[in-house]
Amino acid sequence: MKNGVGRTVTQVFTYGFVGLMAFLSVFPFIWMVLGATNSSIDIIKGKMLPGEALAMNIANFFTLVNAPLVFWNSAKVTIFATVLTLAVSSLAGYGFEMFRSRRRESLYRAMLLTLMIPFAALMIPLFIMMGKAGLINTHIAVVLPSIGSAFIVFYFRQSTKAFPSELRDAAKVDGLKEWQIFLYIYVPVMRSTYAAAFIIVFMTAWNNYLWPLIVLQSNETKTITLVISSLASAYYPDYGVVMVGTILATLPTLAVFFFMQRQFVQGMLGSVK
Amino acid sequence: MVFARRGGIGRYYDVNGWLFVAPALGLIALFMVYPILWSLWMSFQAGRGMMMKFVGFGNIIRLWNDPVFLKALTNTMTYFVVQVPIMIVLALILASLLNNPRLVGRGIFRTAIFLPCVTSLVAYSVLFKGMFAIDGIVNSTLQAIGIVSSPIPWLTHPFWAKTLVIIAITWRWTGYNMIFYLAALQNIDKSIYEVARIDGVPAWARFTHITIPLLKPVILFTTVISTIGTLQLFDEVYNLTEGKGGPSNATLTLSLYIYNLTFRFMPNFGYAATVSYVIVVLVAVLAFLQFFAARERDR
Repeated sequence: MKNGVGRTVTQVFTYGFVGLMAFLSVFPFIWMVLGATNSSIDIIKGKMLPGEALAMNIANFFTLVNAPLVFWNSAKVTIFATVLTLAVSSLAGYGFEMFRSRRRESLYRAMLLTLMIPFAALMIPLFIMMGKAGLINTHIAVVLPSIGSAFIVFYFRQSTKAFPSELRDAAKVDGLKEWQIFLYIYVPVMRSTYAAAFIIVFMTAWNNYLWPLIVLQSNETKTITLVISSLASAYYPDYGVVMVGTILATLPTLAVFFFMQRQFVQGMLGSVK
Repeated sequence: MVFARRGGIGRYYDVNGWLFVAPALGLIALFMVYPILWSLWMSFQAGRGMMMKFVGFGNIIRLWNDPVFLKALTNTMTYFVVQVPIMIVLALILASLLNNPRLVGRGIFRTAIFLPCVTSLVAYSVLFKGMFAIDGIVNSTLQAIGIVSSPIPWLTHPFWAKTLVIIAITWRWTGYNMIFYLAALQNIDKSIYEVARIDGVPAWARFTHITIPLLKPVILFTTVISTIGTLQLFDEVYNLTEGKGGPSNATLTLSLYIYNLTFRFMPNFGYAATVSYVIVVLVAVLAFLQFFAARERDR
């Protein structure tokens, strides 16, 4: 057994290490919030105290950027992507688990293989496809390729294994059709699965960058991630304005994370089980 | 016996099953399978924009003589080889420390370390670019503490620019990996640790002989995801180093090179598709090797 001194040293080391890591993780957020209240010069100098430039930075942000439109664009893309992905993937997850067919497992495995395909290998054909369909510069083009998600289907199928089949049998005896069972029994029972999937899909859609960068070319359609990126790549970026932008871009996902922390963690776990 | 049921309920099941999975499979086929096959076909063609002609293995030969491609490949592999192990080890250590129920304030520590993984890749890259500017807060702090005498050129020196990318991705993803390990640790019977402690097994040995072997499936899972993620690195490099891939392509990745070949330079879809297939092959090979290594050690 360890003696007292040894234990104290271990304790100091543990708290020191964990504390340092926690500080380093949170520091950029603190810097971002303090930065929004300071002028660009003070931010770069590393001033770590609240300043008086917040109102000015917000005002500058709103003159440089059509903020309501940009926010609305991001919201639109995210809501459509999230709702459609959850609908399509939960149907498939339910289908793959509940129905018997000879080709079911081989199809499922083939679908899982698509998880290995990197996006870089898809972007050129997808871009040409969208061009031919006349969808360049539309939000439909942003949302469409993300709806069929093998990962979320996999997640729903794994969770469906916990869905009590007695419920389904009972519903069948009562004469419910298959789609009614899905809509009126499966969906309410699987609420927490939907919540966890919601968070993952919401964050991915809100933070998506590369594909919108390729497809959205006019200022009227751009989402917030694209706008922050272009603000920051100016020759002399106004960091006060950039900070206001990053805060606005981070707030929705941060809010989702804090309100649904439990489901978020469960959602990540669902993928390992 | 299968056919006996086919006429009645069996058929009903089939039709419904197909209807339920059809939308997802249709979309995946249209937006994943079809494009990846098209991309393969394109990789045997070359030309400007839409004027393509068949060149057989011409693009593959061009790869070997393209210094920019070789640079992007080397950089990508450097990120993979250096960053993934650092992050996995760090996440493992943090998870096992934060799994200790006697650690005061572990909920706060956990939340703090998770926090980076809810930010967008673009937002944090932009923050890091500001923090690591030549006269930025990181340099002034390092100088104030006396670790360095002159500011480090994080964004303009090839070595430091790569280091910055590695620091940035480690910051963003360590907490993400830690979640998986914490979850897996919760499923381990705590009495195993109690017994080991009573037997006088030191903490470090408990970590290497109990924690790591029991977490092996999860470690494999996170390594495979991290591999796929690193090989696709784009947002961070694009936003940290002005979209160019850093000083003399020092941070250029394969994904960024494909983007440049397609949308920045004179578009050459065929050659860009060939480079994209390099990523496909790398992902497949590395994932296979990781599964293989995990299986070998089981014996």
